[in-house]
Amino acid sequence: MSAAFDVIVIGAGHNGLACALDLARAGRKVLVLESAAQVGGAAITRSFAPGFQVSACAHLLHALPQSLLRDFALEQHGLRFAATAIATHALSETGPCLRIDSATVTGGSALGDDAATYGPFRQRMGRYAALFYALLSVKPPRLSLQRWSERWDMLKLALRLRLLGTASMRELLRIGGMNAYDLLDDNFQSPALKGALAFDATLGAEYGPRSPGTVLTWLYRLAGEHGAGTLGLAQPAGGMGAFSQALAQACRSAGVEIRLGTPVARILVEQDRAVGVALASGEVVAAATVVSSAALRTTFLHLLGAEHLDAGFVRRIDHFRAKGLVAKLHLALRGLPHFTGASAAALGGRLLISPSMDYLEKAFNPSKYREIPQHPALEITLPTANDASLAPAGQHVLSALVQFVPYDLGPDPTAARAALLENTLATLERYAPGIRALVVAAELLTPSDLEQEFGLAGGHWHQGALAFDQFFVNRPLPQSHQYQTPLPGLFLCGAACHPGGGVMGFAGRNAARCVLRQGD
Amino acid sequence: MRFESISTASNAHYRRPLLHTPFFEASKPWIQNDTFIAWAGYSTPDVYSYTEHEYFAIRNTCALFDLTPMVKYRIAGPDAERYLNRVVTCDVRKLKVNRVIYTLWCNDEGHVIDDGTIFRFGEQEFRICSAERQLDWFLDCAIGYDVEISEVTADIAALALQGPTSYTVLAALGLQGLENLGAMGMLQQEFEGHTVMVSRTGFTGDLGYELWIDPEGAATLWTRLMEVGHQRGITPMGYRALEMARIEAGFILPHVDFISCNHTIRLGRESSPWELNLDWTVALGKGHFNGRRALLAEKARGVRRKLVGLELEGNKPAHGSLIYADEANTQQIGEITAALWSPTLKRNIAIAKINAPHFDSKASMWVDLYLNRELQWERRNVRSWIVDRPFYSPPRRRATPPPLR
Repeated sequence: MSAAFDVIVIGAGHNGLACALDLARAGRKVLVLESAAQVGGAAITRSFAPGFQVSACAHLLHALPQSLLRDFALEQHGLRFAATAIATHALSETGPCLRIDSATVTGGSALGDDAATYGPFRQRMGRYAALFYALLSVKPPRLSLQRWSERWDMLKLALRLRLLGTASMRELLRIGGMNAYDLLDDNFQSPALKGALAFDATLGAEYGPRSPGTVLTWLYRLAGEHGAGTLGLAQPAGGMGAFSQALAQACRSAGVEIRLGTPVARILVEQDRAVGVALASGEVVAAATVVSSAALRTTFLHLLGAEHLDAGFVRRIDHFRAKGLVAKLHLALRGLPHFTGASAAALGGRLLISPSMDYLEKAFNPSKYREIPQHPALEITLPTANDASLAPAGQHVLSALVQFVPYDLGPDPTAARAALLENTLATLERYAPGIRALVVAAELLTPSDLEQEFGLAGGHWHQGALAFDQFFVNRPLPQSHQYQTPLPGLFLCGAACHPGGGVMGFAGRNAARCVLRQGD
Repeated sequence: MRFESISTASNAHYRRPLLHTPFFEASKPWIQNDTFIAWAGYSTPDVYSYTEHEYFAIRNTCALFDLTPMVKYRIAGPDAERYLNRVVTCDVRKLKVNRVIYTLWCNDEGHVIDDGTIFRFGEQEFRICSAERQLDWFLDCAIGYDVEISEVTADIAALALQGPTSYTVLAALGLQGLENLGAMGMLQQEFEGHTVMVSRTGFTGDLGYELWIDPEGAATLWTRLMEVGHQRGITPMGYRALEMARIEAGFILPHVDFISCNHTIRLGRESSPWELNLDWTVALGKGHFNGRRALLAEKARGVRRKLVGLELEGNKPAHGSLIYADEANTQQIGEITAALWSPTLKRNIAIAKINAPHFDSKASMWVDLYLNRELQWERRNVRSWIVDRPFYSPPRRRATPPPLR
């Protein structure tokens, strides 16, 4: 086949676009194929009630690297921020809320010694998180160390670890495999503070605070706040879709062609090499390299087909754990709600309902048995507090992450869904009395809805659990951890790859480097 | 005692951990020795009468072997052909209905898991026979395929009838159409109210057939065969006689000549099809199959060792001997996996693993051989050289129609 494009990227999520853009900047002719009608993948803005817009899946940027903004000149392509350096507020049913940022915690009367302990603790965790952040932007090294470049990569990693100093390194090794519950209990007294911090350790993971590996998932989360050159928590003006639009605009300026509403039916193989794709329309597009940002099963089992892969590899794909526990609630409100103990300024921040670690663990427990929580844990944002353009004048949008909601809702999904909405609204009502009366419209997306709408495997934010066995050199699989696949010419660039999702663009950019290094 | 209360329960099956095959009762009168072996969950005779007697029946009359324990799977469904073609190394698309093919299957690394035969019953229905149980692997291989896999080992009783008079005996039994049945062909017909499937296959390298029947028909089949075969020297044979014949035929055996990669513990003990010298079973041109990429890479890299046929001086079989490049036995280049003084060929033969590059050598090699003569160990340094396999392959093996004897 004669090819009009060097590379086809499947999926116009942020990783697909970032990959396409880096490839185009390196002189490749790139085509991006997106099945949805708009770019962005899980970072989009859409209407959910007449006149009300919301970031329908991801609702905040939490670890966007400045380098991505700079390299891709996103601000020249229309990206504006409605808010940056967003603070976290841990809500309380009765008292004032805690204001938590990366250095200080203030507000609660019951904080006691914790206010003083918090700074040094976060500083320590920050050093580990920064080390962690450095891992995110590199391709995981090969353990075979056959090439000098691989040995050099490994040496750099070892050196970074060593530079922490003996005491810090030992402490990192001590806590690295712990659970968040024990670590936080060791360091703090205030249930409210511990509850809020544990919330971040379990956000988007398949774990409760007592589950092993939750310090790892927390470090991953903290990396966004402590890494050198990250933007921190930010809200794009116009919602997450505006971020994706700017990225797409940058792509188009660099010569990338993006086709929307164009689902790929198959990845084409000739002579044991990817040679292009067949579209659902029947059209065939040839390219020497195909890069997929789709979920693993979608890429390997639906688009490529097991017949082009070894059975052991397919088994590992099949066993790749991806079960999201986060649901998304969107409320259209006829006025600004009032949260007990929260100032007007706090409403532009990130509000957490996770009053204690036990509350969080109890919210997690039912999910193990395909049941929904009586008292869910929530991350709430009021995007309209920072960006009035998202709702009719004077009205507001509430966007919340609801934990922990199983992918499989059990024998009666309809009843479970109704109960979940009721439980979530009842929880909100306790922390924001009167809010239910303000609700004009509500939309609830469970993990299986998120899978349907955004192609997220199992409704999981990261297209697969972030855990030791699915992390770094093991992500997604030991056999394809450097963005390559067993099929020559086919690469991966989605959140299923290192370092996972989170709207950072690292997976896409790392993949682009691998494509360029191996030639296309 | 607690033990008794368990043993009287319905789950007392564990008291008989090895099963008897459906032929056991009917074959009892011919079992003169209580020498049984454990084979894939069954207890089958190692020897019925005398090994040599049974062996000579294979080559001169015919021998009857109970191969029921052979593990069998039924593979059926719209994707059955595509599925099998991805599992095994041979090209299943070329296997016609009512034909049989020998094949290997490999893991992702191109290491051999097992070998066996595929029988094609229809466009969408196959049977695959293997030495070991493979259900977990076959099910893993089914991810992404519309295919039904079921183990049918206990649902089918099987006998091998091997030797120059086997065709005559089956014709005397009343089976029709065997005169047109070529090697690796199969047919089905009625036999005393049961369906018997006859395939012209075997593990002896001689003219021979395998008969497959439901367990209820097993006893009748055994008894009738022994009746009509009496005049043609039919002789039940055990595992030991088969082992002699299969070495002459040059066939290899898992856990004797190679180890399944699922069982190796030490790195490097697994084998590829190239190493087993079974290149002809690998259809590299058929598209992707399990292990193909690894096999291509290995081919490009060069093969570490190969299984070859050896002939040795003298008449002492060289069981497990080491092989040297030089007479002084300073450079070891391989080892013997199976050895036999062939009574039919009157040659001292062996199957051996030889390291690169010696497996292509025409030069003599030396085998370090130890003999136990009335508890007195003696050492021999015997010259040997590589020869073609099969060591023994009489024209009647493939003649169609086969000669009536």
